[in-house]
Amino acid sequence: MTALLSLQSVSKRYGAVQANAGINLVVDPGSIHAILGENGAGKSTLMKLIYGVESPDAGVILWKGQPVNLSSPAEARALGIGMVFQHFSLFETLTVVQNIALIVPGRKTDLARRIRTLGDEFGLNVDPEAMVHALSVGERQRVEIIRCLLLNPELLILDEPTSVLPPQSVARLFETLRALQARGVAILFISHKLEEIKELCDTATILRGGQVTGRVDPRGHSAKDLATLMIGRAMPPPLPATVQAVGEVRLELSGLDFVNDDPFGVSLSDISLRVHSGEIVGIAGISGNGQQELAALISGEVVQPGDMIRMLGHAVGAVGVAQRRKMGFAFVPEERLGRGAVPEMSLADNALLTAHGAGLVQNGFIRRTPERAYTAACIARYDVRTPGPEAEAGALSGGNLQKFIMGREMMLEPKLLLVSQPTWGVDIGAATDIRQRLVAMRNAGAAILVISEELEELFQICDRLHVLHKGHLSPCLPTHATTVEEVGTYMIGAGKSPEVAA
Amino acid sequence: MNAVDFILAGMLAAATPMLLAALGEMVVERSGVLNLGLEGMMALGAALGFITTYTYQSHALGFLAAGLGGAALSLVFALIVLGFVANQVAAGLAIGILGTGLSALFGKSFESLTISGLPKMALPLLSDLPVVAALFVQDVVVWLTIALALSIWAVMNHSKLGLIIRAVGENPHAARAIGFRVLPIRCAAIAFGGALAGIAGAYASTVYTPLWADGMIAGRGWIALALVVFGTWQTGRVVFGAFLFGALSLGELTTQAAGVNIPSQLLACVPYIVTILMLAVISSNRRRMRLNTIASLGQPFEK
Amino acid sequence: MKISFIRRERASRTAMLVAPVAAFACAIVASVVLFTLLGKAPGQALYSLLLEPFLTWYNFSEVLLKMAPLLLIAQGLAIGFRANVFNIGAEGQLIIGAIAASALPVWYPQGDSAFMLPAMLLMGAGAGMAWAGIAALFRTRFNANEILVTLMLSLIAAQVLNYLLLGPWKDPHGFNFPQSVMFPDAALLPILLPGTRVNISLLFALIASVLASILMRHRFAGFQLLVGGLAPRAARYAGFSEARAIWVSLLLGGLAAGLAGAAEVAGPLGQLQRSVSTGYGYSAIIVAYLGGLNPWGIVISAFVMSVIYIGGDNAMVSADLPIAAVWVFQGLLLCFYLAGLTFIRHRVSFIRKAKP
Repeated sequence: MTALLSLQSVSKRYGAVQANAGINLVVDPGSIHAILGENGAGKSTLMKLIYGVESPDAGVILWKGQPVNLSSPAEARALGIGMVFQHFSLFETLTVVQNIALIVPGRKTDLARRIRTLGDEFGLNVDPEAMVHALSVGERQRVEIIRCLLLNPELLILDEPTSVLPPQSVARLFETLRALQARGVAILFISHKLEEIKELCDTATILRGGQVTGRVDPRGHSAKDLATLMIGRAMPPPLPATVQAVGEVRLELSGLDFVNDDPFGVSLSDISLRVHSGEIVGIAGISGNGQQELAALISGEVVQPGDMIRMLGHAVGAVGVAQRRKMGFAFVPEERLGRGAVPEMSLADNALLTAHGAGLVQNGFIRRTPERAYTAACIARYDVRTPGPEAEAGALSGGNLQKFIMGREMMLEPKLLLVSQPTWGVDIGAATDIRQRLVAMRNAGAAILVISEELEELFQICDRLHVLHKGHLSPCLPTHATTVEEVGTYMIGAGKSPEVAA
Repeated sequence: MNAVDFILAGMLAAATPMLLAALGEMVVERSGVLNLGLEGMMALGAALGFITTYTYQSHALGFLAAGLGGAALSLVFALIVLGFVANQVAAGLAIGILGTGLSALFGKSFESLTISGLPKMALPLLSDLPVVAALFVQDVVVWLTIALALSIWAVMNHSKLGLIIRAVGENPHAARAIGFRVLPIRCAAIAFGGALAGIAGAYASTVYTPLWADGMIAGRGWIALALVVFGTWQTGRVVFGAFLFGALSLGELTTQAAGVNIPSQLLACVPYIVTILMLAVISSNRRRMRLNTIASLGQPFEK
Repeated sequence: MKISFIRRERASRTAMLVAPVAAFACAIVASVVLFTLLGKAPGQALYSLLLEPFLTWYNFSEVLLKMAPLLLIAQGLAIGFRANVFNIGAEGQLIIGAIAASALPVWYPQGDSAFMLPAMLLMGAGAGMAWAGIAALFRTRFNANEILVTLMLSLIAAQVLNYLLLGPWKDPHGFNFPQSVMFPDAALLPILLPGTRVNISLLFALIASVLASILMRHRFAGFQLLVGGLAPRAARYAGFSEARAIWVSLLLGGLAAGLAGAAEVAGPLGQLQRSVSTGYGYSAIIVAYLGGLNPWGIVISAFVMSVIYIGGDNAMVSADLPIAAVWVFQGLLLCFYLAGLTFIRHRVSFIRKAKP
């Protein structure tokens, strides 16, 4: 049997980063083949090479035994390769059918009919005339998949498709994928989630640091084996669960309503939660359900007068970021470059960004010596790998920059810390480190609110959980008394109504 | 001729330079590029159009030269902002200054020469209507401009090309990921906008007031930029805005004709003041702006 | 073979210094080509443009005279540009400043109070600020784009100037020229270099440069503006007010331009004329960019641009070049400089395509 797709010694370099080095990969027809690797292992780059978005610096790509030189995704699609992107390649201001018409030929009415038919067949229902900005993340993924299927692919690539789905929908996606497999479509499934791969895939190629470190049948290996191949050592042990007495309320949202005047954003309604000293409260949910809006309201980047937000004993609705920070609030946003840090500025200047109150400014003048000392301390204490305080933030890897921003905020010794997506795009070593530090802060008495898509992470570090879905917050779920399934029902909006729960 | 007839007869022609330039800029901006150099490209078009029309006694050649000149200058802009990933605001200003300078350099020796404009064409039937008849007697470029506006509307809203331009303007990275070549598409849009701006300038110097003078564009390029915002990047609204400003710019003449004694310099300010007020009214509706603003407008694109 | 830009790990200092010099050289080459095509003698043109300003003390002093308004305005504008607030209406702010400063001597042509001159300068600076403040108000209150508003305000200012000079402020004994009465001595700036027209406004400009440097390098307020320009979301995250950045940027730009306008009428012009507006406000934009938006870089670029201004005046006579040639040269210079800036954060890479 000729392989459907095979890669021989494929390499790709971006500037100083060798994203892929000598990759060999063989995908058989009709198989579900996993590409397993942690953040930064080079999975996405590899997929871009296969889909023709990027060209390899060296190596050969064979399609059905023939060498091909893919110079654009259009060529890849013509061969029969389709790709579902992790962050989607959809356009919010266009309708579903317009998005599809961008790469699928055909009349509009015709396309709309075919979208409905395919949707029924594979459980991918979506309204062809809807504007994409009005769709949920899950629906957008369906649009991406339908767009690929309309071109009758022989190979479908999915980049981290489950990261945007609640647990229940993952099962549905897998059914769809198995149905496709039954029709002879091969699937390249990119993920860092071991259990999913064991459940779905018949082959797994494992990447680490841009190189292939193994090719196995995942069904015959334990998650521990796979993890070792993936990160090069055993998975770090989970954090010990300790329960401790909590102190006073440091953040209280009571019936917070927020009408978003951004038509692409989410409105919040009747959000109530409390965070006490000495606990970590988590907010679970798929991004795009109001997380950004909630974080901006708590941080003060969006100001809404009223007493629905109380922080450290004060109603802060009308109070801006600077004053909230002065009260002892700190915040790590989910976007590191351009929000949490200025990429073109040195780490020292990036320390100044939020730590200016820690003696780095006097009479309006910047004090360079303390600025440097603060930055150097942050680099040393939080294990930031960088040449020094003069390095530009944009030159740091995602994990290192996240450690720097975390360090900068934690060194301010905040009474209340808000962290959004603490480990997005961060490798497992750094992620473990960040989680441990959050728990240590909690144990020292800080009140911490964590917004995260990673359920596993929230179950590891949080004392209590809420779930955010379409701008509504679930009732409080103590972590030790709830399950992934229960959280999952809230994530799709099917949870018990608050009255019943209470 | 009464004031209403005067405004009806003149507003479309007065609007045409601004409309042509604004339509081109609208397409450029929808692809995600902000070209602030309109004034300069129009000025260059005005000079080249006049020189060519005067020398060869052909308006068609004049428009051709102006279109090519505008496109050439806009390609310099494209090279700087697309090839060299430069700041679009600064590059637009540079092109504006360069175009204005080139215009004066080329046009100097043609100052105070005259050519004839274009004859008016009456649309059958419509030009027999009562009251509004004067509106339907216009030169051929006015009619072509309106036809062009219709075509641009059709392309932007109902063709794959329009979808691609909008996709590139909203999210160039996603557009690239599914296989559209962002830079060539943007480059083509910029050249299209430049050609229209050049033609717009030529209309001003060879048809509307058939003579060339330094500084004759007099801010119309900037008003065209404001019109794109005013029209929230929608063809129909841009056309409406241009006609409104066409009528306004005649206000000066009408008021004088009516014998109202307001100094002409102050009347000349009216379109500028109205531009500012219109911008404020449109822009303060943040929801509407967010819905229509081109998401990647002015952002440099790097792989 | 594929040529592409690769992002550097960090900004290249060398490229930062080389870019303006290389841009200058390229602009000269391009101008020579252009002048030759137009049938002008390029040698003579360049000689007039670049050398003549240095050949006599008088010419050189005229360079310093031009430098004062360009430097002053460019320092004001650069602060805003670094904060991503694009005030391109300095020309209008200069005109309004000149008008406001002229009010006193126009109304009191015989005035001899020692307070006249300071009052004029204050009025000019204040009027420039107020004119730019309109744009700040419209931007912060109504979200109206400051580029377009400041530009429109410039066009309005030019018409207001015309109106005053053709109407109420026209010198009754001025043979119907559009200009005001000549100002009394009490309304004129003291001369800085005896025997020349260079007045103390050059000192204002140099002081402004020092202040701008302190603000942008050592003051936390300047740092906040920089963050707002480089990463607006980071500024919001850190709690730096965007509205404040807009107000500060526009008011400082308006102040500098208004003061420059006042210094023009109280300096070399000695009356309010149409020629108070000869494009300083637009040239200052180029000066600001060419100086890398850096206060000390701007001092150099203001000097270079003044040389070109004076050289252009010379070239008009000696090389038969219209003054528009100066604009062309300035436009080319900025185009080349913007292209050159790319090399600060990128290097060129030549990739041979891999054969399949």
